[in-house]
Amino acid sequence: MNPMLSLYQEIILDHNRHPRNFGHLDPCTHKAQGFNPLCGDKVLLTLNVGDEDKQILEIAFEGTGCAISVASASLMTEALRNLPVEDARGLIEAVHDLIVEGTVPELLEEERYARLKALAGVHEFPARVKCATLAWQTLRAALDRKTQEISSDPRF
Amino acid sequence: MNAPPLRTPPPPSGYDVDRVREDFPILRTRVHGHPLVYLDNAATTQKPQSVIDALVRYYTEENANVHRGVYQLSALATERYEEAREAVRTYLHAQTSNEIVFLRGATEAINLVANSFGQAFVRAGDEIVLTEIEHHSNIVPWQMLCARSGARLRIIPVDETGEINLKQAAEIIGPKTRMVAFSHVSNALGTILPVAELTSLAHAQGAAVLIDGAQAASHIAVDVRRLACDFYVCSGHKMYGPTGIGVLYARERWLEDLPPWQGGGDMIETVHFDKTTYASAPAKFEAGTPNIAGACGLTAALRYLQTLGLSRIAHHEHDLLEYATARMRELEGVRIIGQSTHKAAVLSFVVEGVHPHDVGTLLDQDGIAVRAGHHCAMPTIERYRVPATVRASFGLYNTHEEVNRFIEALARVREMFLT
Repeated sequence: MNPMLSLYQEIILDHNRHPRNFGHLDPCTHKAQGFNPLCGDKVLLTLNVGDEDKQILEIAFEGTGCAISVASASLMTEALRNLPVEDARGLIEAVHDLIVEGTVPELLEEERYARLKALAGVHEFPARVKCATLAWQTLRAALDRKTQEISSDPRF
Repeated sequence: MNAPPLRTPPPPSGYDVDRVREDFPILRTRVHGHPLVYLDNAATTQKPQSVIDALVRYYTEENANVHRGVYQLSALATERYEEAREAVRTYLHAQTSNEIVFLRGATEAINLVANSFGQAFVRAGDEIVLTEIEHHSNIVPWQMLCARSGARLRIIPVDETGEINLKQAAEIIGPKTRMVAFSHVSNALGTILPVAELTSLAHAQGAAVLIDGAQAASHIAVDVRRLACDFYVCSGHKMYGPTGIGVLYARERWLEDLPPWQGGGDMIETVHFDKTTYASAPAKFEAGTPNIAGACGLTAALRYLQTLGLSRIAHHEHDLLEYATARMRELEGVRIIGQSTHKAAVLSFVVEGVHPHDVGTLLDQDGIAVRAGHHCAMPTIERYRVPATVRASFGLYNTHEEVNRFIEALARVREMFLT
């Protein structure tokens, strides 16, 4: 596929134009702010995690960024709803492998995660990897209850 | 004096851009199957063959350390290095070549002044005045000085078009001001600052003036004596020369009074464990083996610019700017950031509904190199309430046809994102 079309797939453009779960939850149980100092992209993530079942009941994001970072965050929030925290951590690793390593982990072959494979094209654009990983790294910080702002790092 | 007029009279003889392009081997590169359109000249410029040849010649035939050996090769290297100093003196119209200090770049030059001038003349309660549209390299060294000394930063604001308000500047520059530091040309917006007026305001209050000429020195003829500034800095790599070589011009009256910044070889007269005496300027400010090859390359770059002629270059670039600006205004949803009357060939803009990084990636696919981001000028970008901009910056080898390709690609970007 033309690398441009694999980066800016229709689903990415659509999530950029119409981000899902955009906004913030107040009150929330988990919260983290992600910032990419290189390009200024910002994402604020708020979650409500069930006390007993440790399931992500609600999740929302807001911020500014390029199509890749907005779509990545938007797709992430869709995939996470009603997911146990432990599964969410597994998903972070799988998406890392997809974007940073350029492999397609088995987990992402599952129907409910299939849409995330739209992020695979980013691997061919090293300068844009940080855009796609920002939301996921922020998610990890939120689940770890790290309170300070975190910076995007492709090694996440 | 007003900002140097860019509307220069027509060149005495035609400017043959196709001929000029032949001097730059990299312009024959193809990117993603397209001929390279290099529009990131504010970040760094490409190098003509004569500069590349000068580097190769130095390492092939002339390499030795300077100011040391008694042997012929060292004498030759010293001669080349000092020739470069004289070439810079002529280019900037400095009084003596002692006023020219070689450093890594404009950034290191500003750091030298912030440290050396700061140590000698800046105390708690003093003020350092900058403008709102400075590059980080003309902000952070002064912030660090303020943190060390207890001095305080004051900022001259710009208006919506990117112009300095001189009335506000006159209110901010006062008896506590020790240094007024500002760009000659803004890297993020292209504004040509009213450098003469700002210098007069500073001198009237007894403050020194540093002009950051990184974005100006290869686009505008610079005469440091006419500017009457105390310090002027520029970087070789933004002047079609090599990376790693930059210039500090320091007016002669400061050379004695400024203490050395870095210690080491070459900057001393005598060294004993109980006492060291320093060499006089410029050696005092050039500790360690300098970038001799870079200096040779810079000489070649300055000769190249002088042969083409700064006024002809400025005329050509201004033509490109006017053409690109007019074409960009035809595009719907594109907003130009920075529309000052006096402007260098920099077009900063945002595309409604498309993030600058996406614009940059998409233009790259068409072989067009632009910068997307904050351009190392975060306060400037914040001032215009945008997260980032796309910046196309033109150089002496760009053509109207390249502007066409750039505008057409930009139109396709918008189509792809918004339909």
